[in-house]
Amino acid sequence: MREFDYRRADDVSGAVALLDADPDARYLGGGTNLVDLMKNGVERPARLVDVRALPLDRIEPADGGGLRIGATVTNSDLAAHPGIRRNYPALTEAVLAGASGQLRNMATVGGNLLQRTRCGYFTDVTKPCNKRAPGSGCPAVEGEHRNHAVLGASDHCVAVHPSDMGVALTAFDAVVSYETADGPGELPLADFYLPVGDTPHRETALPPGALITHVTLPPAPVAARSRYRKVRERASYAFAIGSVAAALDVSGGVVREARLALGAVASRPWRAHAAERVLNGAPATAEYFAAAADAELAAARPLPDNGYKVTLMRNLVVAVLSELAEEAAR
Amino acid sequence: MAPSTSSSVTLNINGEKHTLSVDHRTTLLDALRERLDLTGTKKGCDQGQCGACTVLVDGRRTVSCLQLAVASDEREITTVEGLADGDLLHPVQQAFLDLDGFQCGYCTPGQICSAVAVIEEHAAGWPSAATGDVRPEAGPPPLTPEEIRERMSGNLCRCGAYVQIVEAVARAAAENRSETEEAAA
Amino acid sequence: MTTATTGATTTGAVGTAHTRVEGRDKVTGAARYAGEIPFADLAHGWLVLSTVARGRILSVDTGPVLGMPGVLTVLHHGNAPRLDIDYIGMLGVPPDPTAAVFQNDRVPYAGWPVALVVAETSEQAREAAERLVVTYEQEPHDVALSGDRPDAYAADGHMPAVTEKGDLEAGFAACAHVVDAEYTTPEEHHGMMEPHAATALWDGGRLEVVDSNQGTTWVADELARMFSLDPSAVRVRSDHVGGGFGSKGVRVHQVSAVMAATELQRPVRVVLTRRQMFTLTGYRSPTVQRVRLGAGPDGRLRALEHRSLNQTSTVWEFVEPSAGVARSLYDADAHRTENKVVRLDVPSPAWMRAPGEAPGSFALECALDELAEKCGVDPVELRLRNDPERGPVSGLPFGSRNLAACFREGARRFGWAGRDPRPGVRRDGRWLLGTGTAAASFPASAMPSTAAVTAEPDGTFTVRISAADIGTGARTALTLVAADALRVPTDRVRVHIGDSDFGPAMIAGGSAGTRSWAWAVTAAAEELRERLVPGGTVPPEGLTVRSDTTAAIAALTQKERLSYGAQFAEVAVDVTTGEVRVRRMLGIFAAGRIVNPLTARGQLVGGMTWGISMALHEEAVRDRVSGGLYGADLAGYHVATHADVPTVEADWVDDPDPDDPVGIKGIGEVGIVGAAAAVANAVWHATGVRHRDLPIRPDRVLRAGGTGV
Repeated sequence: MREFDYRRADDVSGAVALLDADPDARYLGGGTNLVDLMKNGVERPARLVDVRALPLDRIEPADGGGLRIGATVTNSDLAAHPGIRRNYPALTEAVLAGASGQLRNMATVGGNLLQRTRCGYFTDVTKPCNKRAPGSGCPAVEGEHRNHAVLGASDHCVAVHPSDMGVALTAFDAVVSYETADGPGELPLADFYLPVGDTPHRETALPPGALITHVTLPPAPVAARSRYRKVRERASYAFAIGSVAAALDVSGGVVREARLALGAVASRPWRAHAAERVLNGAPATAEYFAAAADAELAAARPLPDNGYKVTLMRNLVVAVLSELAEEAAR
Repeated sequence: MAPSTSSSVTLNINGEKHTLSVDHRTTLLDALRERLDLTGTKKGCDQGQCGACTVLVDGRRTVSCLQLAVASDEREITTVEGLADGDLLHPVQQAFLDLDGFQCGYCTPGQICSAVAVIEEHAAGWPSAATGDVRPEAGPPPLTPEEIRERMSGNLCRCGAYVQIVEAVARAAAENRSETEEAAA
Repeated sequence: MTTATTGATTTGAVGTAHTRVEGRDKVTGAARYAGEIPFADLAHGWLVLSTVARGRILSVDTGPVLGMPGVLTVLHHGNAPRLDIDYIGMLGVPPDPTAAVFQNDRVPYAGWPVALVVAETSEQAREAAERLVVTYEQEPHDVALSGDRPDAYAADGHMPAVTEKGDLEAGFAACAHVVDAEYTTPEEHHGMMEPHAATALWDGGRLEVVDSNQGTTWVADELARMFSLDPSAVRVRSDHVGGGFGSKGVRVHQVSAVMAATELQRPVRVVLTRRQMFTLTGYRSPTVQRVRLGAGPDGRLRALEHRSLNQTSTVWEFVEPSAGVARSLYDADAHRTENKVVRLDVPSPAWMRAPGEAPGSFALECALDELAEKCGVDPVELRLRNDPERGPVSGLPFGSRNLAACFREGARRFGWAGRDPRPGVRRDGRWLLGTGTAAASFPASAMPSTAAVTAEPDGTFTVRISAADIGTGARTALTLVAADALRVPTDRVRVHIGDSDFGPAMIAGGSAGTRSWAWAVTAAAEELRERLVPGGTVPPEGLTVRSDTTAAIAALTQKERLSYGAQFAEVAVDVTTGEVRVRRMLGIFAAGRIVNPLTARGQLVGGMTWGISMALHEEAVRDRVSGGLYGADLAGYHVATHADVPTVEADWVDDPDPDDPVGIKGIGEVGIVGAAAAVANAVWHATGVRHRDLPIRPDRVLRAGGTGV
């Protein structure tokens, strides 16, 4: 870890000014990912701007309904918030499925969205990685890729986004607000992550130096009946090998509205629009749930060792939607 | 301001103020162990992947290996050394000792700090991934062994003392509940 | 001068539950481990590891790094002192060159130590180590283990490579039922929570090493030999040890710390990072095993073959003797076992909790389960029918073999009776349920040790022995043993361990530590008790008796001496997601006299927890592209968490060893043996699918399918 300058910001504009869009500077939130990456030599910033003291630690009603979540709200506080638990239970479930109690106390909402992949080539500076060292290659395609992407990847990078929270936020059409020296801006989560293409090192559409200030959850009555299911290689404290955030509004045995997002299958939380198109207006039966999953997974391009993810995601989608439909029928 | 690579910080540890100059790279964990001779907090992985370094920061359990010391300025830190009341062990410590909730002892301070927080988090009504229905209407979940296991999962124990640790946390939580009820009565 | 008072009757401490004597220190954080003992003027070393899997070091560019703030020195093959590694150590093997670092420019695997940077602070040392440029001439590497490697060869390790009797092929030809299957186990790591750490310093002409290890006299002896020092000039201390499991012996951290302390003439501490531990501290080799079992219609074995292959490094031969377990557990007229190794460009494997038995029992006990299915015999009954009278290979009588009692008691308590043998027919919501069983065995041995017991003038007793308590509860067990031998209450006995100045003693290993030390402590304590005349006086300097058990142990008659156990597991499997959860486990053991039931339960349950972890989670992934490990940390290498471990019960049947003064056999390893097999057999019973490759990961379960898909 190289030596670095450290500044603590008191307000948002001050934080943006301290960072000064310097490519060698980083905002420090909970530090759960950044400090680890600095220890591994993946990140070598010259300056950290600590944003934990900023007044962005509240969850408030948003204009026009929904909730506005400050960027420094911890994962723990987000998960425990009664409004989230009542109106967006899948978000609480997703957050609680991630990391550990300790890490959730430290990690922030803004940082969660910006966390980097846990691909073992990315986090090991002795190995090539196009995301960490552009142009150095991607050994995962020939090498280890059991937990790599089956959707939306490219030959340049097949890493997956590790967030659980982001999968639920994606399903609920969250909008990211940020601040720059030139003023504030907004990005729907759908446009927040860039396609992998041949630039896997460019991960988000945030302008240089931007500081995430809020994540807004628009009102979504469908989210009141929602669920997050995560499968991993041990029962807790592990990243997903596949996850589903789903919300379902069923009336008279017919799907009025469905929301579906998939985790650990792509470089970003994956909104399953194709599946949703099949679901909306369809009978709420396992047969249609499977058809919806198949519609989404038709685009899957598995590698030799991660084809199981296609089966896993299909089964998970059917299981979670069936569970929600059964609940609705009760 | 010219860049600097070290700062003076004041750490409030177990009720005592310590002011020291730290290299910005120094984690809270290393400040405790290498600078303040508080070696009860353990370094198992230094990557947030084992929980051995768990301390309470402003009352919340935190892995001190990923917390920079410079970012801990003026925060209230409780380590395993600060849990007992003189010779009287904290109920969690006593339960670990009586029920043999450890073997080599290296993950133990982290397990104990984590358990202290788990009991408080549960008492505050926080759900966990083991909670069937997280909606507030469902009420707080009972602290079953399954709930304890999930909530303690950020603390690895390679000796495999999990069964005894869960027994110890359950006992301490039950003691805490009956104390709270007595106080309320 | 005070009156000597050793009671006339035994206090009966052995066999009663006693909390750990150092327990209070461990729960308050007062217990100091190796890296936590302060030294004035301490310097910090940080290792630099090779980034190529095979080749030569062309250059180590120390110049720029030596100019960095706080940097004191950079040690590497070009400037480090020469070590003597041409010797056989206390445990009968030459040193692993992985520990004898910086001796030449060869790089035998990825993650091999190439330099040590020493600086005033650990932050400075880490940054300088990251910045040190080392260039290599890279050569193609070979890291692929497979069952058909033509360059594999039979190797002895700590037992003969091959045993055979009878005509194997004729035997199989005559069998009504034959199982023939290949089983694999992956690379597994010890993963003890405390990283290896050592501080070395010269003090008054003596080398002092404050270390975390499994045997101080062992480590002191090896360091003295390597550095060509008089053995009396080396003192190694190791008080509290944060887990060992076979990995904490002589390793690069002590050797490099001694080199640096010698050059700088100040204390130097070297602590391994978690990632470094994955290439520097040994591991359990992956194994490829072939088991063939042939039986008559009644399930009685007539032919048995167990072959095992493991990998080792190009610089050291380590045998993971997985075929050894069949030599004692089951007999057949035709019986053959064979351990082979192949040399690859990988780190040297090492002992890891139940070396041989852990992977070997997975293959053998799964094969037994497959045989039970073929014969239509209950798996417990099959094992009872195949309980031999004498050592199958040795022909020796058993010391005591209470395996059948374990199975009977275990079956009763687990509720095995009336089990429906059909797989894939029990369901609880999305989960398929199944139960499985397996046998466990592990050798019971004792090794020569010395101890000193002192009667103090204040009426207390001090025991000194260079034992190690790596979490086993040895310190407490020896307190109970000494109290009984002295016939005094335990609060009058203090046990000091972990200091090579206390004289030679067995290491904490081979499940033989506590037994070996207890023997020596008992011998010294009993002699002391006899010397203390009741009502007599103890001189002011105390009265000390020393013991040495070398002769007594050499006089033991040759027998087949082992601990045994019966493992039972119930699992739930969701074949639509691949998730496997163990719901409960029970192990009943016949493992000698239990000294401290409280800590013994921890040892056995801990071993069974390892079995769950081995069955479902653990696997270090070797990257075929780079030859190094992929995801070498505790997020990538999964060990069981709290949430993975349900109610696990361990208990025992009466089984005192008649040839041991205390009746001890040893319990450190038998708990893991058979545990993974019991889980895997339960997964078959749940799903109808045999999983012969560990770990039983979700992707494997999904690919294999099973009833209910």
